[in-house]
Amino acid sequence: MAFLIIDRRQQGKQKSAVNRQRFLKRFRKHIKEAVTDAVNKRSITDMDRGEEISIPRKDVSEPIFRQGKGGKQRRVLPGNKEFIRGDRIDRPKGGSGGGGGKASNQGEGMDEFVFELNQQEFLDFMFEDLELPNLVRKQLKDSDSYKLVKGGYTRDGIPARLNVVQSLRGAKARRIALGGAIRREIKALEQELEALADDDASEERREITEKLERARRRVNQIPFLDDFDLRYNNMIQQPTPTTSAVMFCLMDVSGSMTQDIKDLAKRFFVLLHLFLKRHYEKTEVVFIRHHTKADEVDEEEFFYSRETGGTVVSTALDLMNTIVRERYPTDSWNIYAAQASDGENWQDDSPKCRDLLVKSLLPLVQYFAYVEISSHKEQELWQTYAEVLDTFPDRFAMRNVSDPADIFPVFRDLFERKPK
Amino acid sequence: MSKRALISASSEWTFEALEAFEEEISRIAADKYRLDTYPNQIEIISADQMMDAYSSVGMPVGYHHWSFGKQFLTTEQRYRKGHIGLAYELVINSNPCIAYLMEENSLTLQALVIAHACFGHNSFFKGNYLFREWTDASAIVNYILFARNYISECEERHGMDAVESLLDSCHALMNLGVDRFRRPRPISADEEKRRQQDREDYLQQQVNDLWRTIPKKKKEQEEQWPRFPEDPQENLLYFIEKNAPLLEPWEREIVRIVRKIAVYFYPQRQTKIMNEGWATFWHYNLMNDLYDEGLISEGNVLEFLQSHTGVIFQPEFDSPYFSGINPYTLGFAMFTDIRRVCENPTDEDKRFFPEHAGTDWLETVHHAMANYKDESFILQYLSPKVIRDQKLFSILDDDADRKIQVTAIHDDAGYRQVREELSDQYNLSKQEPDIQIWEVSLRGDRSITLRHTQRDRVPLDEDDAKEVLKHVHRLWRFDVHLESVQDEKTKLIYHCNDEKVWTDSGETSKAKAKT
Repeated sequence: MAFLIIDRRQQGKQKSAVNRQRFLKRFRKHIKEAVTDAVNKRSITDMDRGEEISIPRKDVSEPIFRQGKGGKQRRVLPGNKEFIRGDRIDRPKGGSGGGGGKASNQGEGMDEFVFELNQQEFLDFMFEDLELPNLVRKQLKDSDSYKLVKGGYTRDGIPARLNVVQSLRGAKARRIALGGAIRREIKALEQELEALADDDASEERREITEKLERARRRVNQIPFLDDFDLRYNNMIQQPTPTTSAVMFCLMDVSGSMTQDIKDLAKRFFVLLHLFLKRHYEKTEVVFIRHHTKADEVDEEEFFYSRETGGTVVSTALDLMNTIVRERYPTDSWNIYAAQASDGENWQDDSPKCRDLLVKSLLPLVQYFAYVEISSHKEQELWQTYAEVLDTFPDRFAMRNVSDPADIFPVFRDLFERKPK
Repeated sequence: MSKRALISASSEWTFEALEAFEEEISRIAADKYRLDTYPNQIEIISADQMMDAYSSVGMPVGYHHWSFGKQFLTTEQRYRKGHIGLAYELVINSNPCIAYLMEENSLTLQALVIAHACFGHNSFFKGNYLFREWTDASAIVNYILFARNYISECEERHGMDAVESLLDSCHALMNLGVDRFRRPRPISADEEKRRQQDREDYLQQQVNDLWRTIPKKKKEQEEQWPRFPEDPQENLLYFIEKNAPLLEPWEREIVRIVRKIAVYFYPQRQTKIMNEGWATFWHYNLMNDLYDEGLISEGNVLEFLQSHTGVIFQPEFDSPYFSGINPYTLGFAMFTDIRRVCENPTDEDKRFFPEHAGTDWLETVHHAMANYKDESFILQYLSPKVIRDQKLFSILDDDADRKIQVTAIHDDAGYRQVREELSDQYNLSKQEPDIQIWEVSLRGDRSITLRHTQRDRVPLDEDDAKEVLKHVHRLWRFDVHLESVQDEKTKLIYHCNDEKVWTDSGETSKAKAKT
C-alpha cells in the first residue's frame, strides 16, 4: 500500500488568522466597547496585556431551523438505574427532555461567548483611528540624523579606514605590470646562459651574468607598496528615521491638587506612554513636578508625594527646556510633552509660560498636550494657553477633563486622525 | 505465532517508527481483515495547527468566513483553559486519505491513531454506500480549493461584506441543501471552472424566463398558471440557486458552492456512530494483533488501553458530564457485539438475529459497514445485550403531561421499542424539522411560502426560525412566509418582509384573507 508521511509542523501555522480577523471585524462594536470599558477600569500600570471579551451568545449565533420545545419528544438515554416501564418522573429543572446534566459548571455563563483578545489586538482596538501627530515629520523628510554605510572605495581617506586587501591587491597588479618587461629579459638571459657550455668561462658568460644581476636588481627595486596603491573604505551618509522618543510628564503637585486629580492625570500619562511605546523602538520618560519650584523626580514620587503651597508653572517649563537642551537633542529624539494641572497659577507667571512655550519649547517638540483637570472651566492658565493654541495649532492641544471616564475620549480626541 | 522484535522501545515517536507501524498495520489490515483503503497521507501537525484544522470543520483549505474564526476562538479558549483536550487525529475523506496526527502523541498513541484513522475511517470512507454515492474522495480537495479561490475572487470584485452576508444566509440553510432521496452528481473542480461562465449565463436566462413580466391575457392568467413549484421542494438552497428572482450570477454560484459542501458532509452527519464505531473496533483489534505478534510491548498495550477506555467512556444520563450518547461507545459496542453474535450466539441472539447469528463475523461486519447508516444500522443490529450493557431506556416528554414517562427499559418488553426509538434519534429526517418550499407567488407579490410539517406537535424554535427567515429573505429578496402545520392545520405563520419578522396564528390570517 502506497503511503506518505509529511511533516507539516513548520508550515501553515495560523491558517485561521484570517478567519480570526474576520471575526474581530464583525464584532468590532462589541469588542471596542469592552476594550474602552477595560481601559477605564484597569489599574493603570496594567494596560499592556490582552483582555477577555464576552459577547452575548445570541449575537454570535448562527441560526438554523431547529426543533423547539414542546410537543411529544422521545429520547433514549444510557445508564438507567431504578426506572421501570411506566414510571413517571418529574421534569428536571431548567433542563429539557430529562437531560439532567446540561447546566454548565465551567464557571462561564452559557449566555456569553467568551474569548481572549491578545495584547496586540487589545492595543490595536484601543488606539484605533489614532495617529501620532507629526509622526512622519521626523522620518526621511527631515534628515537631521544620519547613519554611515559602506559605499565602495576611495583613493584618499584616514588611516583608520585603510582597506588592506584592496590596497595589496592593487600593489600586486602594479608590480606585475611594471616588472613584466624586466622579467622577460631575465628569462631570456637565463636561457642564453644555459645554452652556453657548462665549462665555458668566457667573456660572453661573464657579460650575461652581469646583465642578469642588474636585471634582478631592477625587479627588486619596484616598490612593494606605493602611495598610489592605497585604497580606503568609502563611507556615505544615509538619512535615518529617528526611532527614539522621550516623553515629559509635567504635573502640578501643589496643595490644590488632590490624589483624585493626580490619578486622573496618571491615566492620561499612562495612555500617552503606551501609545509612544508602540510607535518608537525606545521611549524614555522624564517626570517633572512643580509647585513654586520644579524638580525632576522618579515615577513613585511624581504620583504620590504631597506638597503644599502655591504654583508657579513656568518653573517646570523652564526645567524641561534645560533638560531637553542638555540631554535630548532634537536630531535624535522625538519629544512629546504632557502637562496636567488644575489650572491654577501665580497670576503674573502665565505670560512667562506663554513666552517659554512659544519661543523655546514648542519649536522643539513633536507635540505638547495640556489637560486641565477641574470641574469649573477657564482657569488662569487656560486663557493664556488658548493664545498659544492660536500660534501652534498643529502641535499644541488642550482639553478639560473632570471624570475618569473622560480620559479615554479626551485622549482619543487629542490624537485623532486629522484630515489632511 | 513467532514473536518478532519490537518496532520501537522508546515512548517517543520517530518517522521510521511511524513508517514501520503503517507497514505492519497495513499488512494485518489487508491480509487478515480485508480492509480496503485509499492510500494514506499522514501529516504531522502541532497543537496550533490542530486547532486550525478543527475550525475549518475538517476541510484542508476552507474559504474564509468569520464563523470559522469563531470556531477557532472557541476551541482555543477551551483548550488553553484545559476544558478540552484536542483530538489525537483528524481525518479527511479524500483520496489519498489525509490524516492529521498531533506531534504531542506518544509512540503508542500514534500507532493507535494510525490504526484508527488511516485504516478504520479510511476503509469506512471507501466502503460505506453513503460515501460512495454522495462524495467523490478524489475530487474534494480540488473542489474546495476551487471554492476558496472563487470566493476570494468574489470578495475582491463585490466586497467582503456582500460575500460575508451571503455566506451567512447560505450557512443558515446549509442543512436544507441536500436532496435526501436523489443521488448528487459527482463534483469536479475543473468541470466547475470550465462551465462556470456558461452556467452563469444560462442560469440567469432561465430565471429571466420564469420571472418574465410581459403579461399574458388576463383570463388565462387567473386559471392557467400552474402552481409553482409543482411539488413541494425539500432542497431549499437548490431551489434558491435556480429560482431566486434577483440574485446575481456570482451569488448563485456561491449558493451552489455551499450546497455542494453540504452534500459532501451529508454522509458524515448520518454515520457518526458507525464511522467512529468501525474505526474504534479496528484500532482495538489491530493493536491487539500488534501485541500478539510482539511488535509492541505490554507497556504500550497498557497505555493504549487507557486511551481506548477514555475514548469509549459513556457518562450516565444523570452525570454532570453527560452530553448525549457517545458515538464511540455505542458504535464500538455494537461492532464488537456483532462479532460475538457471529462467533458465540446465545439463544436470544438466534431469536433476534436469525440472519447472521453463527455466520462468518468478518463477512458480517463488512456487510454492515458497507450497506447501512446509523439509523438503519441500529434498527438492524442493536442487540439486547448492548441495550442491557448500556442500560438504555426511553422516555416520553409530552408537554401535555405534567411528568416525563419512562416508556421502555432494557427488558424483554422493551428491547424492540428502545431499538426503534434510538434508531429514530439518528434519523436526520426525524431529528431536523421538515421544511419544504410550498409555493411561490409567480404573478403576485413574488413572495415565497415555506411549510413546516410538525411531527408530534413539536414546534420550531421561534427565535432561530425568525432569524433564518431573515436570511431566506436576503436570498429571495421578496416577502417570505413560513407556515407551521400540524395535522393539516396551520398552527403558526411566520412572515418576513423588508423591515421585520412577525408571527400570527393561521386562523386570523385566513379570516383576514376571507374578508
